[in-house]
Amino acid sequence: MSKEPGAVHFVLDAAAGTAAVAAIGAPAISKAQSDVIRIGHLTPRTGFLGPLGEYAVQAVDLAVDEINAAGGVLGRRIEALKEDSVNPQTASTKAERMIERDRVACIVGEISSASCLTIAQVAQRTRNLFINTGGNSDALRGSNCNRYMFHVESQNSMYVKTVGRALLAQNMVKGKRWYSLTADYAFGHDLLKVAKRFMEQNGGQFAADELVPTDFSDFSTMLTKIRSARPDMVVSNLAGVQITNFLKQYAEFGLTFPVAGFGFDTAVAWGAGSGNFFGTWPLVWHHLIDTPGSKRFVQAFTARYRRPPENQAWGDYVAMKILAQSMNEIRSTEAVKLIEHWEREPKFDVLKTREGYFRKYDHQMMHEMYAVEALKPNEIKNQWDIYKPSAPTPGANEPLDAIGSTPEENTCTMSA
Amino acid sequence: MTASLILQQVLNGLLDGVYYLLIALGLSLIFSLGGIVNLAHGAFFAMGAYLTIVLTPHVGFGGAFVGSPVAVALFGMLIERFLFRRFYRSDPILSLLLTFGLAMVAEQTLRMVFGAAPLPYSIPQALRGQIFIGDFVYSRYRGILLLVAVACIAGIWLLLNRTAFGRVVRAGVQNPDMVAALGISLQPYMSAVAALGIGLAGLAGVLLAPIYSVHPAMGQEIITPAFVVVVIGGLGSFRGVVAAAILVGLVKGLIVAAGYAQMSTAAIYLLMLLVLLFRPRGLFGERIQRFE
Repeated sequence: MSKEPGAVHFVLDAAAGTAAVAAIGAPAISKAQSDVIRIGHLTPRTGFLGPLGEYAVQAVDLAVDEINAAGGVLGRRIEALKEDSVNPQTASTKAERMIERDRVACIVGEISSASCLTIAQVAQRTRNLFINTGGNSDALRGSNCNRYMFHVESQNSMYVKTVGRALLAQNMVKGKRWYSLTADYAFGHDLLKVAKRFMEQNGGQFAADELVPTDFSDFSTMLTKIRSARPDMVVSNLAGVQITNFLKQYAEFGLTFPVAGFGFDTAVAWGAGSGNFFGTWPLVWHHLIDTPGSKRFVQAFTARYRRPPENQAWGDYVAMKILAQSMNEIRSTEAVKLIEHWEREPKFDVLKTREGYFRKYDHQMMHEMYAVEALKPNEIKNQWDIYKPSAPTPGANEPLDAIGSTPEENTCTMSA
Repeated sequence: MTASLILQQVLNGLLDGVYYLLIALGLSLIFSLGGIVNLAHGAFFAMGAYLTIVLTPHVGFGGAFVGSPVAVALFGMLIERFLFRRFYRSDPILSLLLTFGLAMVAEQTLRMVFGAAPLPYSIPQALRGQIFIGDFVYSRYRGILLLVAVACIAGIWLLLNRTAFGRVVRAGVQNPDMVAALGISLQPYMSAVAALGIGLAGLAGVLLAPIYSVHPAMGQEIITPAFVVVVIGGLGSFRGVVAAAILVGLVKGLIVAAGYAQMSTAAIYLLMLLVLLFRPRGLFGERIQRFE
């Protein structure tokens, strides 16, 4: 998350960093105990991505309890050390401490693509594993890919191709003019690039593409411009609670152009309020998926936290489960051995119809994705089931990597 | 760009300025009278929004519109009585630390009580819709919001400039020792000003809950631009804060209109920098003895 320079932000960030450093340094954490395997969990828990981070943390707690109840890993309990990653600088400092001081076996988490990059650099330097559960940018799987980073979260290309297929079916691409709003930081820039490539390949064009600072909260000026530009579709490449602001104000100004988004988290729509959700959006997972694994997860999460899990909860839950399962299978917690194992592309239950696997080429998890269509206010029965999901993308007769980026689109050269 | 489009953008900018104004006025009042830099002001704004969501099912939006700012103001009086009051005469850095801590405690409390996810809230049915005049379109709710805010600001101006209460407050800003020498205790005025300023932040919370995302960090998001407004306007100056809020809103609005939205945040800091370079007191800042 890239914040604009500002005195107060600076003070807040600096103090949050200091507080966290103090917390890590506290004597409560003793030296490595042989009966416990520690996993470091970093994710933004404050700021504009904080609402999503909360789901991630809850999912990790649930996964850890389930793993330990099932006998742990190699006969040892696992323990998650969880911290607010705050911003890319703090994320990197905390990752270093977790690895060098707390001797974690692996770092799991993140949502901000910018913080993913700094954590991945630490992981590579210290030869430790980092599983990205929420950073979408293609660059993390391309120009910045590295051997020590694996991605449970889908890349921007997969999001764009999933929603893109739904929009092609709605005839909203060829010959159409889109007006896009893009979050002005690593994630947004990357997403816009992928979205533009999609439009070029499919014969559409952009009426305008606007970059929006991440602390931009009043969209009235933007909505006025959109109205006078009369695009065929308005496209959101925004992130976090900013999407909630956009949805609320779009409804307020009564604009009727169809809306789609290339990045989305269910929590921002749940938080918008009745009449404020519309359009077509991509999801890496949603709580209505009808598989036994998914249902079990939704039930356990809802029983514990009194709300259904959203997509970010799925990412961190599945990452922890895959990690524990793999350590048990190869009977080792060593990063190099796990990397070798995952590069052989074993299949994992990711709570969907088909099993997923980490693609050797760029370490991206290949799995099904979904496009969801907002329900009309009169079709909504309860506050959680607010959209109609598509069938899984890609379809059953296609290989899973049909929606992944190709090596030409996103070149990854793994450095050792 | 057509004339109607420019007019709409000016109006959008004005309204954006009015949000900042509701926050910045309270900040400025509390700072000029007590010397407290209230970093917790954004937290009171967030509290106003959350209270609106809590109160609406019981008393409706109308009830929350009155109840929430009043409750926030009363809470503000308690904060003034038990915390601010100890710091009026001390080094401003102490009160800065106090309110900074308070802001963090408040944000985290909201997160613990209501969760980190944004809470759903919509514009009340009766206030939805748009105003159309030819090519010109505007949100009906924002029109009402603008009227409410202007009425509040006019009311505060009258209170400060046309009443005995206002005379003492203004004298207290200029020269508290002289006020004391005249046998007037500033203490009750401090309470009243804190309630007024903090209540305004609560009011902004109610007004913005239907159109902004209601989440724990919402206060932190609004406090920085509000400070910029106070600094540009000049400390202790009512019209300075008003002028600066409108200026900041307009500059932001027109920069977005011109197609440079990504620079809209940077632009207001640049504006502040220019004002500080050429007029360190701010646009309408008065010379305040104890800060010279």
